[in-house]
Amino acid sequence: MKVRFQLNNEKRSLDVEPNDVLFDVLRDKIGLKSPKCGCDRGDCGACSILLNGKSVRSCLVLAAEIEGANIVTVEGIGQTDLSPVQKAFLDKNAFQCGYCAPGMIIAATELLEHNKHPNAHEVREALSGNLCRCTGYTPIIEAVCQARGRKS
Amino acid sequence: MTSKKQDELKYVGKSVSRIDEMDKVSGAARYADDLEFGPNLLFAEIVESTQAHALIKSIDTSAAEKEEGVVRVFTGKDFPGLRFGLYMQDRYVFAQNRVRFVGEQVAAVVARCPKAAKRAAALVKVEYEPLPAVLNQMNALNSDCNLVHEKLGEYSHVPWFFPKAGTNIAHWRKVRKGDISNAFQEADFILEDTYNVPRYAHCAIEPHVATALFDHAGRITVWASSQSPYTQRHLFAECLAPLGITHKDVRVIAPYVGGGFGGKAGVTMEILAVVLATKLKGMPVKVRWSREQEFYNTYQRLGVVAKVKMGVKSDGTIVALDHKIHWDAGAYVEYGANVVNAAGLSASGPYNIPHISIDSMCIYTNLPPGGAYRGFGYSECLFGIESHIDRIARHLKIDPVEMRRKNAIRTGDILPYGSHMNPSGLVECIDKVAAEIEWGKKEMSKDPTKFIGKGFALFWKAPAMPPNASSSAFLKFNEDASMNILVSAMEIGQGFLTAMAQIAAEVLQVPPHKIRVETPDTDRNPYEWQTVASHITWGTGNAVRRAALDAKQQILEQVARVHHYLADDMYLDNEMVKCKQEPAFALPLKNFVITGLAMEDGTYRGGPIIGRGTFMPEFSSALSDPETSQGGHPNVHYTVGAAALTLEVDKETGKMRVLKAVEALDAGKVINPDMAKGQLVGGLLQGLATVLYEDMRYNESGKLLNPNFTDYKIPTCKDVPLEIVPILVEVPQPDGPFGARGIGEHTMLPAAPMIANAVHDAVGVRIVSMPVTAEKVALAILQSEANHTARGAHS
Repeated sequence: MKVRFQLNNEKRSLDVEPNDVLFDVLRDKIGLKSPKCGCDRGDCGACSILLNGKSVRSCLVLAAEIEGANIVTVEGIGQTDLSPVQKAFLDKNAFQCGYCAPGMIIAATELLEHNKHPNAHEVREALSGNLCRCTGYTPIIEAVCQARGRKS
Repeated sequence: MTSKKQDELKYVGKSVSRIDEMDKVSGAARYADDLEFGPNLLFAEIVESTQAHALIKSIDTSAAEKEEGVVRVFTGKDFPGLRFGLYMQDRYVFAQNRVRFVGEQVAAVVARCPKAAKRAAALVKVEYEPLPAVLNQMNALNSDCNLVHEKLGEYSHVPWFFPKAGTNIAHWRKVRKGDISNAFQEADFILEDTYNVPRYAHCAIEPHVATALFDHAGRITVWASSQSPYTQRHLFAECLAPLGITHKDVRVIAPYVGGGFGGKAGVTMEILAVVLATKLKGMPVKVRWSREQEFYNTYQRLGVVAKVKMGVKSDGTIVALDHKIHWDAGAYVEYGANVVNAAGLSASGPYNIPHISIDSMCIYTNLPPGGAYRGFGYSECLFGIESHIDRIARHLKIDPVEMRRKNAIRTGDILPYGSHMNPSGLVECIDKVAAEIEWGKKEMSKDPTKFIGKGFALFWKAPAMPPNASSSAFLKFNEDASMNILVSAMEIGQGFLTAMAQIAAEVLQVPPHKIRVETPDTDRNPYEWQTVASHITWGTGNAVRRAALDAKQQILEQVARVHHYLADDMYLDNEMVKCKQEPAFALPLKNFVITGLAMEDGTYRGGPIIGRGTFMPEFSSALSDPETSQGGHPNVHYTVGAAALTLEVDKETGKMRVLKAVEALDAGKVINPDMAKGQLVGGLLQGLATVLYEDMRYNESGKLLNPNFTDYKIPTCKDVPLEIVPILVEVPQPDGPFGARGIGEHTMLPAAPMIANAVHDAVGVRIVSMPVTAEKVALAILQSEANHTARGAHS
């Protein structure tokens, strides 16, 4: 079946199987590798993308569902210049191995889109669905707090 | 004269930003599963044992073979007798006629797409004849217990292992110092107890993945998420030697690794992709572990039952320690036995104890293989030792921190196996942590159901490595005086690439961001043992420093040939060669590091600058008396530290919250303070997770019950201590690059005992088994109150 959608500011259409998962389609059919597989069941958040502005786990979305949707991955966020979230991640060393970073950046981007000045508690709450095993989260929380209120 | 002071460092010791940062925040970073292999790529799905211990009666692959998209189905018969192992070759690539744990690889279906492979794998029928399984290391020691490996005596292993054929003991490390038999008679007080530590999972967010291609010319290339590309190459080459494959024919390429923590050290599932590829020439074969497989068929942290007997004088001086450590090493111990070995050598904890007896026993069970996990056995042993110190101090009415300071090992003290302690800032760490946590100041909660306690713990760890573990580096200048450094240690998040760039930058006076440090490719990058043991800042750092010094010498000699200054009079500054005698002379490196220097007659001198450096700790030796461990020099040095935390405990629910945590480490010389603090904060939370949340649960059939992040809880953003204070102490390591030694693993070591000690301080109950959960604390409080009431009734 054919689906039409917007991906990182570009109109796309693609043939997909009814049981194709969006995560696999993004990575294997389109070649965008920033969404990562950590669990394949929605526990870890490493495959997060923005779907119509909301952070969702692409491993839990069927490709057939994205007809007419607007999808943004980290490749799309930093297309021209790094976003304030990405810059804050650099400033605070908010990653180590970097595997969770795309998902974290997506979650933080969504948060700041809807809440310009989240407090630390709200930041923790918003990122609590994204697992990181390296950093102990402290620099990630600091980065999001630094990025808040900055315009891209 | 140089404008700067001799001892002033420009790049080392500075928080320069990471050289991999743009890769990692832009989505550009490529991990092993992100690489493209084209339309010929095949996918393997592994059929796994459902039994903890059984004979394989038959395997029926006929239905699977008929499934559309399936290329081949393989079983153990296709790989007869194929074994591997880093320290002991006891592990089978595919189960032969017998399985030894639930999850062991029995067969593989290779197909054109992952879905077909998965579908077909479910159609493979395996008939088992169950054998009695041993799921507990203490039962495995019983003389009537069935053997997990009947042929233990035939397995090849490193010379410092002592397997006991005819038993389930794969290795027994004995350490004897002083005279333990009489020492306890000198003691005024003796405390004996048993501590239990369960198994744990690494939970790197990136699962294991390996793709192997055996091309038509007969060479094999493996792309893997790996901490150990060279060790893997060696083990693959050994395993494939019967096919006529030699080391030069095996190439391992390791892109960025999405978290390691020891789990991607050595060889685990990668060998499956390799052997399958050898049967499917010209087609890359990918094996990708699911999160479930990540839990039950990679290394796990070994479980421990530790019996600690400690004797002390009434002033708190420790006179004797008898430590019997029983490790649940799982069905195959090829890497895990070295955990047992390393931890056994150092199971005194960071204390100067005159009389020591340590028995560290590596015991086979029918559970998944144990192996390297950040901390390499030290966390497990320190839980008992540091709990014990606290209990003894309180019994003697001595301040627990004072007792630790009194017995703390100091520079030059004699280690359990007879060599001497390296320069150490342990006492400085103790004092700084005690001051920061305001040790001795009792804090009260405003909530009457909540109690606040403080817990303290010391820690130490040495790199566990063979005596000839070595590192090497190539350094190549480019036309613009930027450079590429080739090493084969791995960036697993710790900031290794940046640290190496800083070391070379310091020697060559070129900014770190003009330096690329490349991830490993065994065809191009020179030898490295492995990225484990917190040794690479030290070992690979030394190799990189030597490569940079080699390049520097070439640069100065080249300039000396043409400009006739003495090499000793010249120095590097700001990407230029300068001369002490000629203040006006400033020759940019980019003018000649590739092109050479032009002469008046149009000829050139010199040419590309390529530095090389190697490092091996030539003083190290693993050979010693097997009955005492005396006589060798198995450990190169220890990194030491102290930590404390303030814990709030709800007396009604047992629920705990870390209000503040402080950890101090002696890093020798901190190469990059921001990254070092990042290690400390991240490692501390990983440690706290092992004591507060995580725990692998098996059923009575040996099946892991919680192989996923829903049931095996790793911390989230909401579980971070309210405040963490990292403290870095610098007592230089004489043979370290700029004095540095490793700190990566150490950061998580003190977590468990300091929680147990803080719980006791807060609510007066002592938990001797990890994890220290709210449930256990609440039940212990109830029990203690019941005991109290009962005593009241009797009196």
